[in-house]
Amino acid sequence: MTETMAAPPFPMQRQCPFHPPQEISDLRDSAAPISRMTFPSGDEGWLLTRHTDIRSVLTDSRFTVRNRRFLFAKNQQDPPPMRRGMLLSMDAPEHPAYRKLLTREFTVRRMQHLRPRIQQIVDEHLDAMAAKGGVVDLVEELALPVPSLVICELLGVPYADRDHFQSVTVDLLRLDTPPERRLAAVEEFNQYLAVLVRTKRLDPGEDLLSDLIARADAGEELIDDEVLVSFAFLLLVAGHETTANMIGLSTAVLLENPDQLDLLKNKPELADKAVEELLRYLTIIHLGLQRSALEDVEIGGHLIKAGEIVALHVSGANFDPALLEDAERLDITRQPVAHLTFGFGPHQCLGQQLARMELRVVFSTLFERFPTLELAAPLAEIPFRSDMAIYGVHKLPVRW
Amino acid sequence: MKVLIDQDRCCGAGSCVLAAPEVFDQREEDGIVALLDPTPDESQRALVDDAVSRCPAAAISVVE
Repeated sequence: MTETMAAPPFPMQRQCPFHPPQEISDLRDSAAPISRMTFPSGDEGWLLTRHTDIRSVLTDSRFTVRNRRFLFAKNQQDPPPMRRGMLLSMDAPEHPAYRKLLTREFTVRRMQHLRPRIQQIVDEHLDAMAAKGGVVDLVEELALPVPSLVICELLGVPYADRDHFQSVTVDLLRLDTPPERRLAAVEEFNQYLAVLVRTKRLDPGEDLLSDLIARADAGEELIDDEVLVSFAFLLLVAGHETTANMIGLSTAVLLENPDQLDLLKNKPELADKAVEELLRYLTIIHLGLQRSALEDVEIGGHLIKAGEIVALHVSGANFDPALLEDAERLDITRQPVAHLTFGFGPHQCLGQQLARMELRVVFSTLFERFPTLELAAPLAEIPFRSDMAIYGVHKLPVRW
Repeated sequence: MKVLIDQDRCCGAGSCVLAAPEVFDQREEDGIVALLDPTPDESQRALVDDAVSRCPAAAISVVE
């Protein structure tokens, strides 16, 4: 193939709000599952769309996560030096050593212990929603506050400060945030978290941040204040916005698929399977993951040269016919498959069991409490988050 | 069927516990995989295969 012509632009326009762009499926299934692409940042690199290729890159140590160019933002500045403990930008051997400090906090069993408290939080928000009546925004009443409150309690961040961290998160995730504002938002938030760490050291609570501070003070070598701030940043930002958008988007897609919604209403025990299928189907990391090659690597007959960027379209991969049959159909009775919504390899989402637990509680409760729930606006008027790094709905007007 | 785990590779994602809770658990102290049953009954095979395919770190293998 010739590489002298400019590569085509990365497809971002969806034809259906719940499916990846058609061009992505076309690339994956026919023309070129591994192809050159120009990203909105102006960078040229490779786009991978097949499940098997993406899994192989995500488990291959010849690819690094350390390239921190944001492929979907224009006019970028050089990022500031990486803070220690920022797991998303670390490779082995540092990455597993730091990650291991947190894994015990997010085990399946720990999350099962949290279930009653999550149920209580969901019930309280549904009570408030019922009392309000009329047309309400499900994002504001349920989808955003539930995961925000859960991660605040878990970490030990005052929920009263939510306006602050939610607005910082929006600045970080908007694709068109000016680069200086993005950097300023990070810096300002780091300062807030540094103050929080100092305050907690003087007055510890029963929470994850206080535990980590105690472990640091007891001589756990890898943890210091810089690492504590990085961990808090990552867990707080990644912990609320992702799950919030899964709740909003999942509710929308269930309301638009009444046959699937009826199944869930009639058999609430399907909630676990339904959550796994919704995770596969909706893939809020809709623009994919990125890595860059540390050395020349051959994949599927293509030579990825050292230093080149590979974008991994996990949303397209979750619709790969090689992964499952009839992938474009939502089917909440499916056996779970190895979808890539939480990534794959050593960086696979640390908080995935927390996300699953929150989603299970919401979707085993929401339609039982509001069996007549429906959209209060046509689908065409729902503001989907094509302008954000995390996909979902900005608002979801509902009534019952 | 004999199940083998590689605790050095494990990244503590917990997929195996979800897939086959009678075979896999996570250690309390660091979330790393622990084997509850190294020679599970044949009835567990589909669940164990699912755990193998969903493990992000390729830390689980099965020998006959």
